[in-house]
Amino acid sequence: MEVVWAVGQVGAVWVAAVLGLVVLPSALGISLGISEAYMWVLVKTLEWATIRLQKGVKKPQPPQTPTANGIIERDETPMEKEIARLHRADFEFSHIFYFCRKGFEAIVEDEVTQRFSSEELLSWNLLTRTNVDFHYISLRLTVVWVIGVIVRYCLLLPLRFTLAAIGITSMIVGTTAVGQLPNSSVKNYLSEVVHLTCSRILVRALSGTIHYHNKENRPQKGGICVANHTSPIDAIILTNDGCYAMVGQVHGGLMGIIQRATVKACPHVWFERSEIKDRHLVTKRLREHVADKSKLPILIFPEGTCINNTSVMMFKKGSFEIGGTIYPVAIKYDPQFGDAFWNSSKYNIVSYLLRIMTSWAIVCNVWYLPPMVREEDEDAVQFANRVRSAIARQGGLTELPWDGGLKRAKVKDTFKEEQQKNYSKMLVRNGSIG
Amino acid sequence: SVSHSQITRLYSRFTSLDKGENGTLSREDFQRIPELAINPLGDRIINAFFPEGEDQVNFRGFMRTLAHFRPIEDNEKNKDQNGPEPLNSRSNKLHFAFRLYDLDKDDKISRDELLQVLRMMVGVNISDEQLGSIADRTIQEADQDGDSAISFAEFVKVLEKVDVEQKMSIRFLH
Repeated sequence: MEVVWAVGQVGAVWVAAVLGLVVLPSALGISLGISEAYMWVLVKTLEWATIRLQKGVKKPQPPQTPTANGIIERDETPMEKEIARLHRADFEFSHIFYFCRKGFEAIVEDEVTQRFSSEELLSWNLLTRTNVDFHYISLRLTVVWVIGVIVRYCLLLPLRFTLAAIGITSMIVGTTAVGQLPNSSVKNYLSEVVHLTCSRILVRALSGTIHYHNKENRPQKGGICVANHTSPIDAIILTNDGCYAMVGQVHGGLMGIIQRATVKACPHVWFERSEIKDRHLVTKRLREHVADKSKLPILIFPEGTCINNTSVMMFKKGSFEIGGTIYPVAIKYDPQFGDAFWNSSKYNIVSYLLRIMTSWAIVCNVWYLPPMVREEDEDAVQFANRVRSAIARQGGLTELPWDGGLKRAKVKDTFKEEQQKNYSKMLVRNGSIG
Repeated sequence: SVSHSQITRLYSRFTSLDKGENGTLSREDFQRIPELAINPLGDRIINAFFPEGEDQVNFRGFMRTLAHFRPIEDNEKNKDQNGPEPLNSRSNKLHFAFRLYDLDKDDKISRDELLQVLRMMVGVNISDEQLGSIADRTIQEADQDGDSAISFAEFVKVLEKVDVEQKMSIRFLH
């Protein structure tokens, strides 16, 4: 009996602390500075660890620049220069050397498949999961690591789990409640409050530190917000600072419950599985939404799949055919504090969330870019590429012309045919026929 | 020879390609690399990794085939006159390229074999006739003993002025 009472007391204190220190400030949009203090301690610890690691390494390491994370030197000489370098213009046995070397370079290190796995860190951040090449250095480091494990699993994980539970429950309950009201400006206002508060709670549930830049370019009503995609958390990162109409497929389970609840309060656009295959239907519905200037901006991730935040892959042109103003947003996570990338072929959503909640923190930068509109002489693909360049440049990401769908699908034969055509042109042009 | 960190990185690459997680790579694992899948000679290159009649290659075999592409200057450090010739010698690099042409492994590149490789590289863009005359001319120029096929010695002679070391080498960054 005594034990139950004691546990009850502890539980009550716990809940009260969480409500007072996290939920209330979230609702009011203010910060108590607890996260900031935690981050400060964390940064200092990681800096100390990095120094100790560098001291502990026996051989002097060559200075590693952030971009030289590759394994090999890639020779970027184009085919024409490489093969037609020899003044003889006809076919030579040596022509295969070019294709051969390119093939082997791709086998050792290729631009595409590395984007579907987590980014390698330059220096260990005291998480077991990122310990690729680092060995035992010193006792002090190991002790700090053990403390880290205890803090992360025994202190942070329960805290974050509680917050996440509160956040999701409030979202469901809040939006259902607001959804009962008749359509009016009061309803919209309350819906925004509920969405924002729950987003803030969820961000705190991930120990998220987000820096927003250029807030004057924030997406406006009737517009389309596009961003690079790294994880399901991207949506929460953005809704922490504004309200959007989400676009997506209807899921089952908990996600489905959330979707059904939120759509009562705010016109999110959820598609059934069968509908999403019909591109015209999708475009039509989105166009109607965008045309209504009183509706919230829609949020779309044109890559279509999660990429590891080192590059931006091909943007699917569908989002750029809808019309309206595009508000590009660049999101860049700092991998030192936690890996936000969801490798869906390796981890399911539950393991992913568990990993996120046992990382140090989620730190990211969000840049709002100036709005863009499709120009007269541009088609959807060119427009998509233009937007993609802007996002890649701002976020410091590489631009790749490859399709994110290559994560699962095979590459189209047209690319090979293009190379064959180029090679043939060289042979024919150099007059070796006849 | 290959440094410890290079081996570690290559092993890491090997395991990331090994989707079946059974310690060996199959042809499908290679095909999943987009830049290799669109290479006109992709299939031939992949074949080079698999010993006769086998469908799986382990890490040892993987490294062995890659060793052909090590830069020749790496050998300066350990000149072992009595040991076997290193895989990345000029002669062995040429032999590797020769084997890409010589599908039936009879130590001769026949007109048909040359045509096959040519067809892979040009796709559908050049007619059979034109391709045939390219093949004929190429063999005629290199053939010294008049058997209308190219032996390894004739192959080497044709390429004697080509900087094989540079064209068939991949440099590691560290």
